[in-house]
Amino acid sequence: MKAKVIVMPKHSVLDPQGVAVRDAIHHHGLPAVKAARVGKVIELELDGSQTEAQLHEVCRDLLSNPVIEDYQLVIEA
Amino acid sequence: MKAAVIRFPGSNCDQDCVLALREFGVETDFVWHKDESLAGYDLIALPGGFSYGDYLRCGAIARFSPVMKAVREQAARGTLVIGICNGFQILCEAGLLPGALIRNRDLHFRCEHLHVRVEDVANPFLHEAQTGGLLRIPIAHGEGSYTADAATLAELNQTGRVLLRYADAAGAAIDAANPNGSAENIAGICNAARNVFGLMPHPERACDPRLGSTDGRVIFESILSTLGVRKAA
Repeated sequence: MKAKVIVMPKHSVLDPQGVAVRDAIHHHGLPAVKAARVGKVIELELDGSQTEAQLHEVCRDLLSNPVIEDYQLVIEA
Repeated sequence: MKAAVIRFPGSNCDQDCVLALREFGVETDFVWHKDESLAGYDLIALPGGFSYGDYLRCGAIARFSPVMKAVREQAARGTLVIGICNGFQILCEAGLLPGALIRNRDLHFRCEHLHVRVEDVANPFLHEAQTGGLLRIPIAHGEGSYTADAATLAELNQTGRVLLRYADAAGAAIDAANPNGSAENIAGICNAARNVFGLMPHPERACDPRLGSTDGRVIFESILSTLGVRKAA
C-alpha cells in the first residue's frame, strides 16, 4: 500500500524557484508557459496499519508547513 | 548565569556562539539535541547551520529532536531563548515564533555584512540598544525570507514584536536594503511573552573587532544585564 503526498507552496507565498524555472523554460524556447510553481512529492510505503487521520496528521505536522504550503494526500491501493 | 548552545546534526555556528558567550564570561555548555533536559540554564541558544541537511524544510526535522520538548518547556517558563539563522527557522517550525522563512527571492545564498535597524528595545535582547539605531551584522543564508499572513504581520507590528528590520546605511528600511525578500524587511521577531527571539543575522559573528564589526555585542550585553550579570568590560 502506498500514499503520495504532494506539497505545494501556497498561492499567496512567493515562489522564487517557480519564477526561475518559468524563466528557464522561456529561455529554452517555450514562451507559452505563463507560470511555474515548484513543490515536492513524497512517496510513502505503508504496511496498512495506519489510519487516514494519522496520515493527515503527519502531512500537517511534518511533511508540510501550513504557514507556507498546502498538501494533497493521495492514497493508492 | 549559565547558557546552553544546542547542537543539532548539521549545526555549524555552535562553536561561534559558545565562543562569543564565553568571551562575555558566561558559563556555556554545548547541549546535544538528544538531551532531554535544559534545567538550570538561563539562556538557550539555537545556533545557525543546516540541521539535518535542511531536508524537507529548514528546521522541519530539528524541531522533532528530543531537546525541543525541553526548549518548549523552558520557553513557557520564561527562560530566554535566542534562535540565530537556522535557529530562527527551527523556532518558527516549532511554532514558538509565528511565520516561516522561505527561499531568498533572488535564490542566492547571501553572505555579507549589512545593516539592521533596531525597532523595539522593550525586550530582554535589545534593551541596551537604541530604538532606530543601526547594527552592522553579517547574514549568511539561502532561506531567510520571512513570511507570514497579513494578520500575523499586523499583530507583530502592533505589539512591538518586530525587533529588527534590514535597512540601508541611513537607516531606511527600503526594498533595496532587503537582502532576501522578507516581508516588511523583517530580520528578527520575538514571541508575545518577549522571551523568545529569532533573527537571521549572526550577532555572534559581530562581537570581535577582528571580524569586522562589534555591533552584535549589544544583543549579548542586553541578555547579560537582563539576567543580572554585569556588562563585560
